[in-house]
Amino acid sequence: MQNISYDLITALPEIIVVSMAMLILLADFFIKPANRIVLYILAQATLLAAVCATLMTYVPSVGYAFTNTFVDDSLADILKLMTYIGTALIFVYSRQYIQQRNMYRGEFYALVLFSVLGMMIMISGQSMLTLYIGLELLSLSLYALVALDRDNARATEAAMKYFVLGALASGMLLYGMSMIYGATGSLNIAEIQSTLMSQKANSVLILGLVFIVSGIAFKLGAVPFQMWVPDVYEGSPTAVTMLISSVPKFAAFAMVIRLLAQGLGTQAMVVEWQQMLIMMAVLSIIIGNITAIAQTNLKRMLAYSTISHVGFILFGVFSASMNGLSSAMFYVASYVLMTLAGFGMILLLSRKGFEADQLENLKGLNQRSPWYAFLLMIVMLSMMGFPFTVGFIAKFSVLQAAFQAGYMWLVVFAAIMACIGAFYYLRVVWYMYFEAPNDHNPIVAPLEMRVILSLNVIALIALGVMPEILLELCGFAITKSLS
Amino acid sequence: MLAHFHQFFHQHLLSFAIWLPVLLGAILLATADENKPNAIRWFALFSGVLSFLVTIPLYVHFNFSEGGFQFTEAFSWIPAFNIYYRLGVDGLAVPLILLTSFTTVIVIISAWEVIENRVAQYMASFLIMSGLMIGVFSALDAILYYVFWEAMLIPMFLIIGIWGGPNRVYATIKFFLYTLLGSLLMLVAFIYLYLSTGSFDVTEFYKLPMALNVQIFVFLAFFAAFAVKIPMWPVHTWLPDAHVEAPTGGSVVLAAIALKLGGYSFLRFAMPIAPDAARYLSGFMITLSLIAIVYIALVALVQKDMKKLIAYSSISHMGFVTLGFFIFNNLGLEGAIVQMVSHGFISAAMFLSVGVLYDRMHSRQIESYGGVANTMPMFAAFAVLFAMANSGLPGTSGFVGEFMVILGAVQTNFWYAFLASFTLIFGAAYTLWMVKRVFYGEVANENVAALKDLNKREFLILAILAVLVLALGIYPQPLTDMTNATVTHLLSLFAQSKIAVGAGL
Repeated sequence: MQNISYDLITALPEIIVVSMAMLILLADFFIKPANRIVLYILAQATLLAAVCATLMTYVPSVGYAFTNTFVDDSLADILKLMTYIGTALIFVYSRQYIQQRNMYRGEFYALVLFSVLGMMIMISGQSMLTLYIGLELLSLSLYALVALDRDNARATEAAMKYFVLGALASGMLLYGMSMIYGATGSLNIAEIQSTLMSQKANSVLILGLVFIVSGIAFKLGAVPFQMWVPDVYEGSPTAVTMLISSVPKFAAFAMVIRLLAQGLGTQAMVVEWQQMLIMMAVLSIIIGNITAIAQTNLKRMLAYSTISHVGFILFGVFSASMNGLSSAMFYVASYVLMTLAGFGMILLLSRKGFEADQLENLKGLNQRSPWYAFLLMIVMLSMMGFPFTVGFIAKFSVLQAAFQAGYMWLVVFAAIMACIGAFYYLRVVWYMYFEAPNDHNPIVAPLEMRVILSLNVIALIALGVMPEILLELCGFAITKSLS
Repeated sequence: MLAHFHQFFHQHLLSFAIWLPVLLGAILLATADENKPNAIRWFALFSGVLSFLVTIPLYVHFNFSEGGFQFTEAFSWIPAFNIYYRLGVDGLAVPLILLTSFTTVIVIISAWEVIENRVAQYMASFLIMSGLMIGVFSALDAILYYVFWEAMLIPMFLIIGIWGGPNRVYATIKFFLYTLLGSLLMLVAFIYLYLSTGSFDVTEFYKLPMALNVQIFVFLAFFAAFAVKIPMWPVHTWLPDAHVEAPTGGSVVLAAIALKLGGYSFLRFAMPIAPDAARYLSGFMITLSLIAIVYIALVALVQKDMKKLIAYSSISHMGFVTLGFFIFNNLGLEGAIVQMVSHGFISAAMFLSVGVLYDRMHSRQIESYGGVANTMPMFAAFAVLFAMANSGLPGTSGFVGEFMVILGAVQTNFWYAFLASFTLIFGAAYTLWMVKRVFYGEVANENVAALKDLNKREFLILAILAVLVLALGIYPQPLTDMTNATVTHLLSLFAQSKIAVGAGL
């Protein structure tokens, strides 16, 4: 019989994060504005402590806590570790930016940590309600973060838009969950799965599935639920855009695994959601890649690029095999790493009173700083899926999984779209290398940001040359949690 | 210690040939001080020569009677997909590798005082690209090959885009996207072959039986990648744009080596992996080759821009290469390989000659010139020699390959040979007409009157190329000795049928 101490130990990383988030809120009252670096250090220490806690409580077997609403398996641990690392990078890259924009306050760190907590709960959600609570905690923190720069009208507008559409999506998801509950009589993922084993798909289940898939698609930013992505990306302060676009994808991926591959992962249901995901994947790749060509704003361009990346991630998911899901997980991990580096570069080039979020701002970067131009070129090549970078391995692995699952023509289609997409990534390289600079201000950034950003980009190459560790980690996590 | 290194070096000759220039290029990028361009130039020259010397043992230690792969290296790279770091070369690859490392030295010398902006980036791009192209010629694992094949696009993209002419952005993006689209389709074919064999080993692909319709799909996927690179008519349109906008060094590498990557890859991948499809589609391929030879030669005739003219001439000459491949006999194939190497020298020399004029006059238009022979007699002598070689004069390397391919074509079908031999007329027409308009006649204007003849550096590179063009034309045996066994081996691979037991799609 499980006891309360077992529950608490299983959720130790979550407990650490929530306690520290509240501590940071409190500490903010007692710390002078000049010493706010303490808050930053506390936030990083929280993540470090969470890393340690996750590693220390690791057991190879699957553990269930809080009356089977919370799961601690290898997939959860690995996704959480990736989330911590991603968030730590966000803290490093954003420090100077938020200092210059009056957002360098305890709320920023507390809200980011609360959103991390939401992600962790989603990642470990074994009941539909746990998943929903995690998602809401994540979303509410993000809405607040978007609007954190109170006097910025565009950010406020973006927050409003994000909030209204996000609430709608949450509602759809909850509605879908209620139908699944009605059809199976359970909220627990494992129980839903075992009930469905003996059932054929009926209209209530399918209707529930449609709503669940819509909710997930909204959170991932897949077409036709992508409308919010470009506006929110553009309107939010870049540091927050970086957060929205990166680590929450781990949580969204976990939700896909928990709901679609585990709960609704029976043969009868897989056939149903495969079709929906195929449509969404194809449309996301088309709309993402083609619309990105027309953008002049770097953040909007990256928003459409995200939409097309989501399409590629869905290629791995709809293959519905171990191979496909672990490829999708690998893709998510490399996507987050690339996105962080991409937004990190925008933050690096921004300064007080100046947002480097237009393509124009990149002109002649090679003359201003060959090293940063090289770094951004690698990021762009990696997003394009170019060999020697992790983006290539990611695209390659989802495409081979889709091919193996029998979708040869879709793979050909994706390959052609990847070539069309290459244009707008190349355009960034073109602006940096072939044009003369129109901005001669020196690029100033704290040492730790410059070093870590460089390492982040080098990691893109290193993982492209030696992807084995990450591939194995993803394969291990997926096989452990699905078999 | 030294003995150990010696042994290590000989076991990893190909890895050294690939990674040494890449490493030296990276060092150059990392350490160069743009205020000391001469130091950069000397370091680049040193790196280029060293990288060339490293490829010489590939010739010296080559086993001439062996048709298969030599100097092989293999170790597991990405076990999750059974991808290996697998290298090896045969008599087809070695001449092209030597051509690559040699051309890089020529390009570095040719850029000496011509390139003044961002010298380190320019030199490093060529060094890195040279290593990557040698990688393409020696990779025996499909993914490793693909990685090199794509990676070499980046330095070329930057070379055209940074140091190119006024319309460089359009030209370089067109070049990149054309090549990328073909390559991605090739990648899909590789994925299919991987899922069928469980490996990316090229020699495993050779053994995989496939039904004819599957082979045709695979062949067409490869065709998309290689035909663009060669380039074959009608997917050649990127080449004239790229050549016109590229700086001289970029044009030289494009013409001398990058085009050969496509030809090489047909022989390494498309034809042995899908031999039945290759034979089935040979009529189609030969038609495209003949259109390239005849029609593109006519297009070359009306060009006003010298670089464009040479670019079209390259396409026409590469038509001979593909014709030689798809007539499936010894003479044709061997001729095609000789033609690839010979075209490497001649096109490099032609583009360097245009570069000599362009550096002085900043014009590539034929009409800006006239009577150059009066002011630059030494240069005119070289240019006429290369023009003769380009039009296939006996005694120059241009003759050997074309003659062998025509002889081979006669064995297959007289009309192929008949049409192909038109090139000797058209080739002479467009090349010699250009020479006449540029070099002979009255001195056209005061700019031409003020021209100075070749300096020592220009003389050096043109003289080396002239010697090579004549040597290969008079005594091609060192090259053909090398390719003999390989050609026989390749033809036996093309002749096998893989249909009988092959699975459908």
